[in-house]
Amino acid sequence: MGFLRNWLRGPDPPAAGTAAAAGQRRPPAPSGLDVGWATDVGTIRDHNEDSVLVMSAAQEGDDRQPPFGLFIVADGMGGHRAGEAASSLAARVAAHHITRRCYLPALIRTESDAYQPSLNEILVDAVLAADDAVSQHVRGGGTTLTCALVLGSQAYIAHVGDSRACLLNETRLEQITHDHTLVERLVENGQLTAEEAASHPQKNVLYRAVGQGSPLEVDTHVRRIPHGNHLMLCSDGLWNVVSNADITRLIQEAPTLHAACQNLVAAANTAGGPDNITVILWRSPPG
Amino acid sequence: MSVHSEPGVMEGHLPEGCLLRDRYRVLGLLAVGGMSAVYKAQDLRFPNVRRICAVKEMVNSADSPETRAIALRNFERETSILASLSHPGIVQIYNCFTEGKRSYVVLEFVQGKDLETVLSETRGFLSEGQVVNWALQICAVLEYLHSHEPRPIVFRDIKPSNLMLDNHGQIRLIDFGIAKVFNTGEKGTMIGTEGYSPPEQYRGVADPRVDIYALGATLHHLLTKRDPRTEPPFTFDTCPIQEANPSVSLELVKVVHRALEYDVDDRYLSAAEMGRALTNLPSAGSSKATVRLETPTDHLNGVTPLWRFASEDEIRSSPAVDNRTLYVGAYDHNLYALDAETGEFLWKYPTGGGIASSPCVYEGIALFGSVDHALYAVDADTGRVRWTCPTQGKVWSSPRAAFGHVFFGSDDRHLYAVNVQGGRVAWKFEADGKVRSSPAVGEEAIYVGCEAGTLYAVDMSGNTRWRFRARRGVTSSPALAREMVYVGGRDRYVYGVDAQSGWLIWRYRTGGPVISSPTVDDKVVFIGSADGHLYALDAETGRLVWRHATGSQVTSSPVVFNDSVYFGSVDGYVHSLDTQTGDLRWRFQTGGQVTSSPTAAHGLIYIGSSDRYVYALPA
Repeated sequence: MGFLRNWLRGPDPPAAGTAAAAGQRRPPAPSGLDVGWATDVGTIRDHNEDSVLVMSAAQEGDDRQPPFGLFIVADGMGGHRAGEAASSLAARVAAHHITRRCYLPALIRTESDAYQPSLNEILVDAVLAADDAVSQHVRGGGTTLTCALVLGSQAYIAHVGDSRACLLNETRLEQITHDHTLVERLVENGQLTAEEAASHPQKNVLYRAVGQGSPLEVDTHVRRIPHGNHLMLCSDGLWNVVSNADITRLIQEAPTLHAACQNLVAAANTAGGPDNITVILWRSPPG
Repeated sequence: MSVHSEPGVMEGHLPEGCLLRDRYRVLGLLAVGGMSAVYKAQDLRFPNVRRICAVKEMVNSADSPETRAIALRNFERETSILASLSHPGIVQIYNCFTEGKRSYVVLEFVQGKDLETVLSETRGFLSEGQVVNWALQICAVLEYLHSHEPRPIVFRDIKPSNLMLDNHGQIRLIDFGIAKVFNTGEKGTMIGTEGYSPPEQYRGVADPRVDIYALGATLHHLLTKRDPRTEPPFTFDTCPIQEANPSVSLELVKVVHRALEYDVDDRYLSAAEMGRALTNLPSAGSSKATVRLETPTDHLNGVTPLWRFASEDEIRSSPAVDNRTLYVGAYDHNLYALDAETGEFLWKYPTGGGIASSPCVYEGIALFGSVDHALYAVDADTGRVRWTCPTQGKVWSSPRAAFGHVFFGSDDRHLYAVNVQGGRVAWKFEADGKVRSSPAVGEEAIYVGCEAGTLYAVDMSGNTRWRFRARRGVTSSPALAREMVYVGGRDRYVYGVDAQSGWLIWRYRTGGPVISSPTVDDKVVFIGSADGHLYALDAETGRLVWRHATGSQVTSSPVVFNDSVYFGSVDGYVHSLDTQTGDLRWRFQTGGQVTSSPTAAHGLIYIGSSDRYVYALPA
């Protein structure tokens, strides 16, 4: 009979292999989640309106569940400190909804069934719950909200706004989410080219955001993240000023995910750091 | 026009003769509302003709410059999208510009009356034929908007006052709610109109089917003259159409009520589908010629089989093709081997019962089950038996072979793994119910359903990896793609389940039990339902891409070949649809129900029918 062993692990796990170097029996490699993150105010703004939330859980034993990770980036907007209030509340409400509806029930159940809501329903409801909370409690505030729920090597993503979830393989960065910006919409409609969009003065105007009091449509995506590939969530403070090629290179070159996140923030600041910068990096474990 | 009577907010109307942008001369005020006004104006760019247009003026009342700028950009975005539309049923946008706090849209000037005015000026009731004619036109416009790329445009405010009847009898959609971009931040500025908007619109859903509901509410209003804005919301069922207006036909009542279903999944799925239902009404007779709606026509029936082969009883299973040979089982107890090119008979192998299981060919052996309780392995070339594997129940499940083993289910409630060369049982996995579903074999696990409603992932040693419980039996055979398992249930749902964990990712409810097995192609799941439709669902989200109605249950499992999806229906036809649009490419009538599933090979589609024949059709 197995027993449950759960632990939450920080962003920078101890290096496996220390024990082996000391000549002892090598413990089994942790099959949990390998994750790093960083957030920074940038060089121009005087406060950080981004919020980041990272949860990671793993369990070994009988009836083993796949490693679970929940990663959220929210980029708030609105005066009088409403931006950071909106992004923080949205991230916390969404995380609360997802853990309560999805992770906690899974800890004690032996089979999944059709009487429970589907993951897509849970994720969309989580973003709508965040939308409700921000509309009710943060006057004049709004936020982007990108949530990635990771189970094993599958990533389930719910998304509103222009923060991004991207998949990084050995060579290139693939954007999974769509930016809900006016300019991106014009590109989709064929009225602007990608080049025109990149230099458009209004490239960061959102047409969809959490807490705006208008009907909210939530995008969902499912992606398998192959072993060794990275899932990256970031706010526009990173992707607006650091090229995809540079992001790819900085992640590949860094010794740890934590260092990679620090280097990405540093690169954004070197490029002027005009906005708050937030990044979460997760590496898919061996299958 | 869609204007609200909120006096005093909009001040200082443009005087007659006033010139905008040195181009549009104001001729008079057409309508006025809380934050907007509409003027009749002349476009002076065309000096030799009197070109009249309508100019809509909106006040950007936001307090802060930032919000004002956002509202302004939203305005420019909305208008530029609408300016790209082109349809006879949509008012053209000519221009837009902003002067200070006021933004303007220059529109085509439509001579005519909106339907609210038409209704109030009508003594007694409008004729059913008239209303149906308008409804068909509205369906055509909605179909255009809803199929807009890259994403559908949902109008969200269909109601009589937004539908203009021009002097040529054409319905024109006016007011795309551009004004609402200047009302952001105001609470309760839901786009839509109480009474006409469906329940989900209040929750912020902007699915094209909100327009279907609003069209239903509009038709209800036009037919009964009862204004839904003055009734409690969602009470159409307590206000029978025929009670208010006995001249309305029962057929039309049914169409309106289907559009007004509370549950969005019970409504028409598309404006095209609703349009087809309206076209079929007797009262639509005169308008059929004027409205272009896709309906199946006879030339689609012109498919001739290359050959057909008669067995002695119904063929319900799928054929399998290996090299030049086609294998198919029949209820006459025989497995037949035919020349796939000519249909010429090669050999047959008799079992002790009907064969409903589809054969598979592996390492030169044809494997198939029989209701005589056994699985048979016969030489694929000669038809000589190599071995049989007896079970304690009928074998309806179709075998799948991989890794030197064949996997199949039996009514004895077991999934079997049998060595293909020797016929030795490697393991048996006990399920909660009869296993009629056919297994899907992945790299690490085997997925199979059972009649008790459990979907299993079983590892290569025969141990459970996970279980997922549907509400009713799972006869459908799972499909494995994109690290997900897709399967149908007798509980009417199609499920998308994570292959590693068994977690439910999405579900989609059809109108009937789903016995058909899914096929996945290019991010789309195709599956039939006993509600008579073939469904195309987004593999990632489970959202409906399209569905196609046949004349009866679809228990056959679809197959995709090139850009078409092929399947049979109990209506007796083999159907071929465009995978992108769901439009019918052709259909072929057999002499009986088609529950067999097609197989594509050599550019041909092979399928059986309960008329005893197996057909080879050109793809």
